Amino acid sequence: MWKTILRRILIMIPEIILLSILVFLLAKAMPGDPFTGSINPRSSAAQIQHLKELNGLYDPWYQQYWNWIVHLFHGDLGQSYQYHEAVSNLIGERAINTLWLSAFTMVLTYLIALPLGLYAGKHEGKLPDTVIRVYTYVTYCIPFFVILVIGLWIFGYVLNWFPTTGSVAPTAKGLGMLSSRFFHILLPGLLGALFGTVNIVQYMRSEVIDAKRSDYVRTARSKGVPEKDIYRHHIFRNSLLPIAAFGGYSITGLLNGSIFTETIFSYPGMGMLFIDSINYRDYTVITALVLLFGVMNLLGTLLSDIILGIVDPRIRIE
Amino acid sequence: MSLIEIRDLTVHYPIRSGFWNRVTDVVRAVDGISFDIEAGETYGLVGESGSGKSTTGKSVVGLEQITSGLIKYNGVDITKKSTRKKHNYNQNVQMIFQDSLSSLNPRKRVLDIIAEPLRNFQKLSAEDEKIRVLQLLETVGLSPDSLYKYPHQFSGGQRQRIGIARAVATNPQLIVADEPVSALDLSVQAQVLNFMKKIQREFGISYLFISHDLGVVRHMCQNIAIMNKGRLVEVGTREDIYDDPLHIYTKRLLAAIPEVDVSKRDERMENRLKIEKVYQEKAKQYYDEDGLAYPLVQVSPTHFAALPQDKLAELTGQKRRDT
Amino acid sequence: MDEENTLLELNNVSTAFKIEGQYYNAVSHVDLKVKKDEILAIVGESGCGKSTLATTVVGLHDMKTTKISGEAFFEGQDLLKMSDSQLNDVRGAKIGMIFQDPLSALNPLKKIEDQISEVLDYHTKMSTEEKHNRALQLLEQVGIDEPKRTARQFPHELSGGMRQRVIIAIAIACKPDLIIADEPTTALDVTIQAQILDVLRDIQKENHAGIILITHDLGVVAETADEVAVMYAGEVVECGTTEQVFGDPRHPYTRSLLRSMPQGDMDVLNDDLYVIQGSVPSIEKMPQAGDKFAPRIPWIPASAHEKEPTMHEISAGHEVRCTCYKDFYFKSLEVKDV
Repeated sequence: MWKTILRRILIMIPEIILLSILVFLLAKAMPGDPFTGSINPRSSAAQIQHLKELNGLYDPWYQQYWNWIVHLFHGDLGQSYQYHEAVSNLIGERAINTLWLSAFTMVLTYLIALPLGLYAGKHEGKLPDTVIRVYTYVTYCIPFFVILVIGLWIFGYVLNWFPTTGSVAPTAKGLGMLSSRFFHILLPGLLGALFGTVNIVQYMRSEVIDAKRSDYVRTARSKGVPEKDIYRHHIFRNSLLPIAAFGGYSITGLLNGSIFTETIFSYPGMGMLFIDSINYRDYTVITALVLLFGVMNLLGTLLSDIILGIVDPRIRIE
Repeated sequence: MSLIEIRDLTVHYPIRSGFWNRVTDVVRAVDGISFDIEAGETYGLVGESGSGKSTTGKSVVGLEQITSGLIKYNGVDITKKSTRKKHNYNQNVQMIFQDSLSSLNPRKRVLDIIAEPLRNFQKLSAEDEKIRVLQLLETVGLSPDSLYKYPHQFSGGQRQRIGIARAVATNPQLIVADEPVSALDLSVQAQVLNFMKKIQREFGISYLFISHDLGVVRHMCQNIAIMNKGRLVEVGTREDIYDDPLHIYTKRLLAAIPEVDVSKRDERMENRLKIEKVYQEKAKQYYDEDGLAYPLVQVSPTHFAALPQDKLAELTGQKRRDT
Repeated sequence: MDEENTLLELNNVSTAFKIEGQYYNAVSHVDLKVKKDEILAIVGESGCGKSTLATTVVGLHDMKTTKISGEAFFEGQDLLKMSDSQLNDVRGAKIGMIFQDPLSALNPLKKIEDQISEVLDYHTKMSTEEKHNRALQLLEQVGIDEPKRTARQFPHELSGGMRQRVIIAIAIACKPDLIIADEPTTALDVTIQAQILDVLRDIQKENHAGIILITHDLGVVAETADEVAVMYAGEVVECGTTEQVFGDPRHPYTRSLLRSMPQGDMDVLNDDLYVIQGSVPSIEKMPQAGDKFAPRIPWIPASAHEKEPTMHEISAGHEVRCTCYKDFYFKSLEVKDV
């Protein structure tokens, strides 16, 4: 098992290198350079030339790439010229906010989706199933940002139940700060979960229906296992398996979703930072974030495979 | 010269393992087998699941990458794709599969299914093509209105006949039939087997008939090869195999076939348990140290068995005593 | 004496499925008896209702789309009138079931031991220790060489024959009086099939159980069963001891089936097999009255058939449906059918 995981991680290295080259070249291809806008407007062309040479901007691209990688390994992702702060610090701070929001959304998603999917599958074709399916279809049809904007408008502005911006009330301290943080992620988390449940409910529902008709469930019935235990020991457990494996991939979805959620809720996380950086052409931050998102995606996939390897004896990896 | 000569056919699948996922071992699906198929005959290839009989069949049609060995068609080695093409091999050798539902494209009409090999190998006008397909439908006993139906609208036996019609469309010389009737009910099986024989009589087709059902094989095949763990353990005529089996594997296989004659039930059961006992005790003697069958040795002009030296000596001694 | 040994008695059992709003009989008016210490084979081709009959008896149908009538007396109680919880007390404990596909019939995520002890959980008061020992003992009984190792394995790690042995171990865990085996050897090689049938016979002798063996394989029936019931289109068309049915088959269907089997002494090129005309109609198109086999022997005049065919006793215990058996003869071999 450890061998396989290690091998998978080793395979990830060339993938990450390729990704970093791509990200680096894209950043290079973008108009302007790190000095644009941050240089004393009175500097002469020669001085700028000198500064650029000093910072290696005339080196061949692979030289520059190498320098960038070396810095990367030292935890130096460069300076954000918009915030005038080390990118690593900047991201670190935002990453924690995003982590809170994403984890909360994920927990909420599964808490809502699994019982709904199980219930719909169990009572396939009946009224509750139809209601749940209509809910999933309707939600699926509405773009995510529309849900966010409508949710924000109704619950934030009209009803005024939830805060509409930020990650914490500026005056909160101690325990109050914790509850204020929670209060701030409540609405975006709920709305994110509302959208995120759709796939999982459908997935769970069809898994339950498949399991219900499977031969091993018939075997369980012929053993005299009562219906409720059949659901508990056989159907629920077996249906959960592909969904548990899906968990790793859903990290990807959450990161993508955070771009919308955080921007619309002005929640200071990585997603909002990403959009801000694009608006301000803050290339160092953009490259760092794209690289980070890419690595997270790869890790999510790996995580999915590992989970599946643990829970499913058929693909248990030695 | 036989229609098909197979010499030392070997198909190995690599097993990858270890940290670097390197090939550490191979599965010997087919491990050096040789036999000939004559024009116009039905050659039976019998074996249990995992014996390599289907892999052999697929190799003959060219659907399997063979590791080594020769397949000769009318004396020409056609193991290379280019030679197969040159000698119209793919047109002259067709296949029928066990599962007629999954081997026929569900989204295609019968006309398109049967015409597919015609389109690949012959350039016919739409009108001629339709006439040819109608002829084929008649040959396999399906009505002309089947032309525009889809596979799922037919019963299992009818679908298998569509598969046969497709296989004979290009007037092949050999059809590899991989368990063609094992998914069918008895009464439907009879229909399909009769059609296979009828087509053989009319067109002189040869079959490589792959099956685990010894009853059906006895009904269909004059020459039979018994396959076990990738190797042939016994080859001979129908009489050789059924009346005078020599290898313990063949004996055990024959003893296990249930028969409908109730009066001899206890006798057969006793015989089976006796052979089973011998098999449990002495099976090792019939296989080499890797658990694989020995090379075939000739015991009569038509009869070959994978017997070790001592068994062979025993046998010839017995024969001498008998005469 | 006969009555004492009867384990299961089916009286006029019919099962109808709802297809597009209408009910169609998959099993019609079946009367059968299963005795202790006896193997009753129910034989017929696909769609004849043999599996449906078995699942009807143990109540494995979705009652929203199924209509069941008749009586199935098992140890004095009618199985068809039982509630789910009453049935749960019978299933697994007094009636064990074995199904065709041994891979899909086992839960892929549970170890073999857990799948065996599950049935003990619901029907015995054994301790964990006792259940463990019983599971190993059962695995040994069905002929598994290394019970300890197999107990810890998952279904996919076993061969088809091993899996079927596990299924049998589950079915006999509580020493049931009746075992229903639905095509227990169809997916297996002949040598494995022979072994599995031996195991079944041994268990039957040891536990004095009755077995219902459902199969399409006439050879398996002839080698294994004591009594045979031949089914066609949801009805029993002939029943009796194996000697009676195979030695002296009377119903046109039984005779036709036996005749369509491949024979060894036939010429490989020229001899054709006997083919039964036409095909089994689908459940919606099944004739609802009269002799259902009549359309497949059209050369027999209608007057030979009964209007409402009933079973006729030919000799003690040997019964045949409809009077047409008296006038039946084989038409010369013909291959044509459209």
